[in-house]
Amino acid sequence: MEVYEKVCIVCPRGCRLTIKKDETSLKGYTVEGNTCKRGAEYGIKEVTNPTRVITSTVKLKSDHLNRLPVVTKGGIPKAKMMESMKVINNVEVKPPVKEGEVIIENLLDTGVDLISSRTVEQ
Amino acid sequence: MYDVAIIGAGITGTFIARELSRYELDTVILEKDNDISSGATKANTGIVHAGYDAKPNTKMAYFNVKGNPMFDKICEELDVPFKRNGSLVVGFSGEDMETIEELYERGVKNGVPKLEIIDREKIKKLEPNIGKDVVGALYAPTAGIISPWELAIALAENAMDNGAELYLNNEVKDIESTDSGYRIKTNEREIKAKYVINCAGVYADEISQMVGDSSFKITPRSGQYYLLDKAAGEMINTVIFQCPRKFGKGIVVSPTAHGNIIVGPDNEVVPNKDATQTTGYRLSMIRETAQKSLEEIPFNKNITNFTGVRAEPDTGDFIIEESKVAKGFINVGGIKSPGLTSSPAIAEYVTGMVKDISGGLEEKEDFNPKRKKVIRFAELSNEEKTELIKKDPSYGRIICRCETITEGEIVDCINRNAGATTVDGVKRRTRAGFGRCQGGFCMPRVMEILARELNRDVTDIVKDGTDSYILTGETKEIENGEE
Amino acid sequence: MDSYEIVVIGGGPAGLAAAIEARKNGVENILVIERDKELGGILQQCIHNGFGLHVFKEELTGPQYSERFIKELKKMGIEYKLDTMVLHIDEDRNIEAINTKDGLIQIKTEAIVLAMGCRERPRGAITIPGTRPAGIFTAGTAQRFINMEGYQVGKKVVILGSGDIGLIMARRMTLEGAKVEAVVELMPYSGGLTRNIVQCLDDFDIPLLLSHTIVDIKGRDRLEGVVVAKVDENRRPIPGSEVEYECDTLLLSVGLIPENELSNEANIEIDPITNGPIVNESMETSVSGIFACGNVVHVHDLVDNVTRESRKAGKCAAKFVKDELKEDSHTVRTIPGEGVRYIVPQEIRVENVDEDITLFMRVTDIFKDAKLVLENGDKTIKEIKKIQFAPGEMEEIKINASELKDGEIGDLKVSIQKGGK
Repeated sequence: MEVYEKVCIVCPRGCRLTIKKDETSLKGYTVEGNTCKRGAEYGIKEVTNPTRVITSTVKLKSDHLNRLPVVTKGGIPKAKMMESMKVINNVEVKPPVKEGEVIIENLLDTGVDLISSRTVEQ
Repeated sequence: MYDVAIIGAGITGTFIARELSRYELDTVILEKDNDISSGATKANTGIVHAGYDAKPNTKMAYFNVKGNPMFDKICEELDVPFKRNGSLVVGFSGEDMETIEELYERGVKNGVPKLEIIDREKIKKLEPNIGKDVVGALYAPTAGIISPWELAIALAENAMDNGAELYLNNEVKDIESTDSGYRIKTNEREIKAKYVINCAGVYADEISQMVGDSSFKITPRSGQYYLLDKAAGEMINTVIFQCPRKFGKGIVVSPTAHGNIIVGPDNEVVPNKDATQTTGYRLSMIRETAQKSLEEIPFNKNITNFTGVRAEPDTGDFIIEESKVAKGFINVGGIKSPGLTSSPAIAEYVTGMVKDISGGLEEKEDFNPKRKKVIRFAELSNEEKTELIKKDPSYGRIICRCETITEGEIVDCINRNAGATTVDGVKRRTRAGFGRCQGGFCMPRVMEILARELNRDVTDIVKDGTDSYILTGETKEIENGEE
Repeated sequence: MDSYEIVVIGGGPAGLAAAIEARKNGVENILVIERDKELGGILQQCIHNGFGLHVFKEELTGPQYSERFIKELKKMGIEYKLDTMVLHIDEDRNIEAINTKDGLIQIKTEAIVLAMGCRERPRGAITIPGTRPAGIFTAGTAQRFINMEGYQVGKKVVILGSGDIGLIMARRMTLEGAKVEAVVELMPYSGGLTRNIVQCLDDFDIPLLLSHTIVDIKGRDRLEGVVVAKVDENRRPIPGSEVEYECDTLLLSVGLIPENELSNEANIEIDPITNGPIVNESMETSVSGIFACGNVVHVHDLVDNVTRESRKAGKCAAKFVKDELKEDSHTVRTIPGEGVRYIVPQEIRVENVDEDITLFMRVTDIFKDAKLVLENGDKTIKEIKKIQFAPGEMEEIKINASELKDGEIGDLKVSIQKGGK
């Protein structure tokens, strides 16, 4: 039987999850050790298609700040992290930029946008 | 063709340069490192000794006792902080007190004024926190504390204000004797000078050998230190030595000219002249030994550790003489402790030698002994602060939070003669980065100011030596994510 | 001389929350003083996510989290001064500050909220022997260089200390193209959150060396390597276990110290364990009318807790201004018992507790299957059971006002006891 031990990263609590393959359950896996619903979702995702939120910066043409912090609006496949950095490293942005503004749409066809994580007026 | 080339921009070299700049001479200082005061001068205890330590009738004793009283005037002229706070040599036993008696006799012979042997009760008045086992002490009220690198920097600046030249990053590789003097080859250039003064510190023997003079040898000896935060500074007032014993001279605990506490040094022969690393076991030994003088030294307020390498001459005394095999080549070697205290007297003496060798010197009419005042913002009155910020708003921006150093002070220290070009250079001149956080907050700002004032890229700003780069480039510059 | 009802020193998450809350509680004349060129404090360089789960019920990056407060502060029209450094404060609530525009500023205020945050311990604080080359950074300094200034600080990196900043920086440097050789931790456990070990180290196969330390630093101008050694149970290096790591960069994440130079000036009593002011239920320090909140009081691991604590400080500063705080209330102390390192607040003036009060604390060691027990004399008021307590994670116990006002309550002791889940 497939059994995985994972530490949940959904919140700072860090629950220790045991994920078991279980054909009879609705999602194909059962999760133990979680203390919330999101933990169970994380557990299954972590053994089927692990994803991570990427936070980084892009170049910014501003006297005020050299780099604009950016974040993916949701997790992207873990395996694509380093590849996505190559794309992120090639972007340059001019202010004004609003927090939440899309910087790269559909990053590497993951369906997830990269957005600005702060406002820079000038 | 220069009249005089000085090799080494430590305290001896810069002091001699400043003395020579009183006269109509073309003087150049050659320094192998990236700043003034990069050797022993930046890493010693910073004590102006009273003069009881050196054996009578040595150069050490002579120049120490002669140099000590010269500091007040020089420090006033050059606007360098100096405090005559007195020193104690503390004894822990009857045997120690016998040694202290000998030191007293020696001091009297050397001509040290106001020496006094005091008992525990009197010590307590001077040092309420003194260790419980201290029984008595030799008190020398003429001893003082100074920041040696600030003095060397000020001397170099003043010498340059009066016409001297300075080449940093010029390591002397070869010296040839010519008809009219010497041709000195460095890694960067070739210069000619009628007279050469060798102030190369631990490397003085190697420089001397370049003109065929192997009359002395310098052994590197290192001493390690703790430097404690200003918050600890209040607990002592004087320089506290321990009574020397057969197996060592003990550890000094002293306030610094800026109100920190310095603890050290030990004394060990090291294999390399650049062995400035600290070692765990030696630091713990220093700590233990120092706690005999004062039990409560707050080592938890340590902000940094460092090592100084001193020039130990095999002659047992300072070497201050014209080489017997090279005319016009003056060796000033083996200037270990009390070298700092002796340096003003040595500079005067060496200037006299140059006078004799050259057949007389002409005084400069416009020699200015004073350095442009250094603005120390934190020490100003509120009215002065307000006025100053009105005149120059950059004095209203605090860059170093721990030491309250403003942008104006940093800009000023960069734009003077012998000015700062590095992060440590700024630190040595203004104390920005010298405090509790050790530059954690202000280093990026200091680098920005250096880059702006020197018209360089921030990535080209170094910590200290030419290869001590801080940043490896910009982010987002990696080609396709591959190196 | 300018005068205000409340002056908040520090425009980071603590100061912002305190100022906003003070305004919400009816104080008009508030000033926030920030030394940086913008509001937001250290969060502006913490570009990673994980902030705000408690306060906003969503996961935000540091800049996103602080922007919410900055927007609210600006909307409320609360006055703030940037690029302004407070030089002195005193017990009578006089403040001297400085900036380039106004020069030297003298301020008189009815209440002060201290929110200066903390600073990183440098190399000297832990006395790592060796040379003194460039390439040794505190993790936060490196974070600022990389995330805000846009400079890379090195290519081959060793990190000392596995606190959250160290772990986060391991991932950041890796994503920016550096190779992180190892994270070295003196203790047998990490000081950071488990989730950060997973997503910052495990994801990138970065080794975490527990019970190890750095015993030597090599390199003349720029760092060339560090020597790592195992330590015994007394945290002393074990001879013979040394391994040299070639690297050009060493990041230090070896602890944070509350910045209390101003507090000392005002003769505020400091807790030797937290290194921050001793505070009461209202986050008021030993000096009447001077409040404190956030990392200047004790180092937090979650900004959400900073916000909660700071809101309380802001609210109580407002009460103080309106003369609604009771000075002569029955007062009890909070006493850290076995296994508890400290508790904040250190004092509770019972009558000032409206609905409930939360005690924040840290344990001294890893405790498995244990419980945190809050006692008043022989009476147990509360128990919290857990599979594991760790010093890296702040614990909290909430007490209802009714439990405090139940008869003449004495000092409250919190300790770790056996018998968790």
